[in-house]
Amino acid sequence: MSTPTLVDTGRRDFLKKSALAGGGLVLGFYLKSADSLAEGVAKPSTVPTTGEFRPNAFIRIAPNGVITLISKQPEIGQGIKTSLPMVIAEELEVNWQDVHIVQGDLDAVYGSQSAGGSRSTPTNYEEFHRLGATARTMLIDAAARSWKVPAGECIAENSVVHHPKSKRRLGYGALAVKASALPVPAADQVKLKDPKNYKLLGSRIGGVDNPSVVTGKPLFGIDVRLPGMLYAVYEKCPAFAGKVMSANLDAIKSLPGVRDAFVLESSGADLRGLLPGVAIVAESTWAAFSARKKLEVSWDEGKVASESWEGFAAMAQELAKQSGTETLRKDGDVAAALAGAAKRLEAAYSYPFISHASIEPQNCTAWFRDGRMEIWAPSQNPENGQKVVAETLGIPKDRITVHLTRAGGGFGRRLSADYVVEAAAIAQRVKAPVKLTWSREDDLRHDHFRAGGFHFLRGGLDAKGELIAWHNHFVTFANRVNQDGKSLLQPGAGASLSGDEFPGRWVANCLLEQTPLECGIPMGPWRAPGSNVFAWVFHSFLDELAHAAGRDPLDFRLDILGDRSIVPGTGEKGVPYDVSRMKHVLQHVAEQAQWGKKQFPKGQGQGIAFHFSHRGYIAQVAEVTVSKDGKLKVDRVVVATDIGAQIVNLSGAENQVQGSVVDGLGTLMFQELDVAKGRIVQGNFHDYPMIRIADAPTKIEVHFLKTDCPVTGLGEPALPPLAPAVCNAIFAATGIRVRRLPLARTDLRWS
Amino acid sequence: MSKYTLTVNGTTRTVDVAPDTPLLWVLRDALDLAGTKYGCGVGQCGACTVHVNGQPTRSCITPISEVGRKAVTTLEGLDPKGSHPLQRAWQELDVPQCGYCQAGQIMTAAALLKSKPDPTDEDIDAALGGNLCRCGTYLRIRAGIHRAAELAKKKGAA
Repeated sequence: MSTPTLVDTGRRDFLKKSALAGGGLVLGFYLKSADSLAEGVAKPSTVPTTGEFRPNAFIRIAPNGVITLISKQPEIGQGIKTSLPMVIAEELEVNWQDVHIVQGDLDAVYGSQSAGGSRSTPTNYEEFHRLGATARTMLIDAAARSWKVPAGECIAENSVVHHPKSKRRLGYGALAVKASALPVPAADQVKLKDPKNYKLLGSRIGGVDNPSVVTGKPLFGIDVRLPGMLYAVYEKCPAFAGKVMSANLDAIKSLPGVRDAFVLESSGADLRGLLPGVAIVAESTWAAFSARKKLEVSWDEGKVASESWEGFAAMAQELAKQSGTETLRKDGDVAAALAGAAKRLEAAYSYPFISHASIEPQNCTAWFRDGRMEIWAPSQNPENGQKVVAETLGIPKDRITVHLTRAGGGFGRRLSADYVVEAAAIAQRVKAPVKLTWSREDDLRHDHFRAGGFHFLRGGLDAKGELIAWHNHFVTFANRVNQDGKSLLQPGAGASLSGDEFPGRWVANCLLEQTPLECGIPMGPWRAPGSNVFAWVFHSFLDELAHAAGRDPLDFRLDILGDRSIVPGTGEKGVPYDVSRMKHVLQHVAEQAQWGKKQFPKGQGQGIAFHFSHRGYIAQVAEVTVSKDGKLKVDRVVVATDIGAQIVNLSGAENQVQGSVVDGLGTLMFQELDVAKGRIVQGNFHDYPMIRIADAPTKIEVHFLKTDCPVTGLGEPALPPLAPAVCNAIFAATGIRVRRLPLARTDLRWS
Repeated sequence: MSKYTLTVNGTTRTVDVAPDTPLLWVLRDALDLAGTKYGCGVGQCGACTVHVNGQPTRSCITPISEVGRKAVTTLEGLDPKGSHPLQRAWQELDVPQCGYCQAGQIMTAAALLKSKPDPTDEDIDAALGGNLCRCGTYLRIRAGIHRAAELAKKKGAA
């Protein structure tokens, strides 16, 4: 791999784009590297672009042999900027070392660019194969025509077309002009590679931005720097969506380095849109941060100020005594089955609101001039950014340019566009480019949170120890929204139970119901929405039932899964569940972890769990040690995954799984936000602790099982089974059942 | 505003900033060295770690007025060619995910390797305990430091 950096590889692409947009000035970020401080704004380079072979929007081959691939998806740490271009490179038959990867800006020519729901791979994988293969077919055709030989006698390899019979060869660069003149062949004229001949896919490829990361090159949204740029902060009401009554704007404007201070009004009722607040615009980040300490705002906090976690928890206990307001699944007769059960179990599980806490705080740079808005955003969903800015500020979409920067973590947070519309709204009032930087406290207190929740469960076993009844009343959180002229309660993202959530569809008598608690807390998708907590609740309670039945937790689960192959989905969101794939990963993980074959002393144990989400089938076994004084150490986690026929980048995939395990463990152990007076109590990492290196498991073994199924994504599905696997291991080690998150809430001491 | 003359990555630089400006923002805004990252502003996450006279230091809580002419080294200046053993090991093992915290991880690890050229896992966990990685690359960070220790030895032997 050559060492492409955004500074270098972005240049030509960016020049082209900015020329189209009519702006030639916005080059600072791209052209100023850290060691060329004195250069100021660099002059546009004069790299020729004529004669390039561009069979589609994603591939460019220059006559000098430089091969540029566009990565259209946002890079948030999931490795997509490396993995999707690998798919093109594989089919294109190029040396990975010769390839330069350029981040594409928001552009309709690329199709959808939203990176959410672990969808980037499944929605692009097949198409990217076709793109690469099409270009390869054209290059072979160009060579065959040059040599006047049948294309079938030519082969492409290492960025060169060979004609073995005559031992002639032509590099891709030399073929670029000729290939450009050829028509793009129809899909049925393009042959994809046989997977057994893959050289790149399935190998370990380092992240394409690694060279820049390890040398400190500007890459991220927060690193954007433009000529004459100003720096902004934005203070919102600590109680969600409160309005500004008054603020000491004149005093703020007189502070050193401050250029302006003003109030922004709300864009409407959307809790995830532009909320009211006070903007301070200054000559440096620190001047803005410092001025903010002197800011005095009188807020109208509204009725949200009466909300608290304590209050919600009390309400949930009351609601649990009633039926749910919504029934999501009703199979058989749960009441009768429980009444007749040989054993009945009842348990309540709960978990708090948590923050995404991506390590790069939200930020965005915007420049408004001549009626056009130009935006640089570390976004997971640039389309949404453009849409929200258009709707909120009344700027037509075709006058809003969005440049994508690398993002310091996403986890679902950057699907929202609040920080983008804030930056744009501030920029509209300022005659200069403006970078908005959120403080960590802003980021933690004004997140779009993973909702808390309360599950009230009942289960019944027959005399043989088989699960015959399952009842869950889920008390969840919802915001009041207006939709089509009607006021209704909309549960937060991932805060609504699906009728198909396991073990629904597998238990003859099953009742799943929920009741929303109305709240004014903004909620949004958090890595593996819903699944990230549902798997913990259901696989913990299943474990309770297995132990109550005196059965091995693995056998108990395998019995529930049964012998059906595909279990069809039900309802609107229902997706089919391939039981054979789940049993496959479950049996594999058990074998690798020597499930049931190892003897553990008291204080040590194994736990098992599985979950299907984001098209992926994942099972995990955790081995833990709990000291007598209650300290948990996760010694080993074994993960088996089935995400289809091919792992794209083995290094990236393994990193995602290991990261999901660590993230899942951190969330289990530490994360909790308290709500009081309609606001978040915690403010920074001292009172919202994150997992640190000493608590990371010593060993995380990852097994990728390949099946003849579509290739799917890995940003999310490996997270959900971790928490129940660890909690089930804690039970095996100590006899203590964890029913409340985070773990810090449960006394794990034993004697 | 006051003028301060600093030594950053071996070069003398003069800036005109408020005396309470943290070194972090002097580096990022005034000196255009964006490799050092803002994560928390209170010394809790380690993303802003630089070396001051060789000691790993949280630049977000170090006012410029306290830096004086002490030698400041940022990730950009860790190695003239960007090929410090840690920088090589990080690429070889593909340590980063989002990469945002890695400047702080590498700078902390570089100081560790100076005092302990062949650290154990326990040494690493103790030294890197102040550096958060939100993506959870901790296992590769451990492996990366061990690999860097090996690379440094090879270089020393060669």
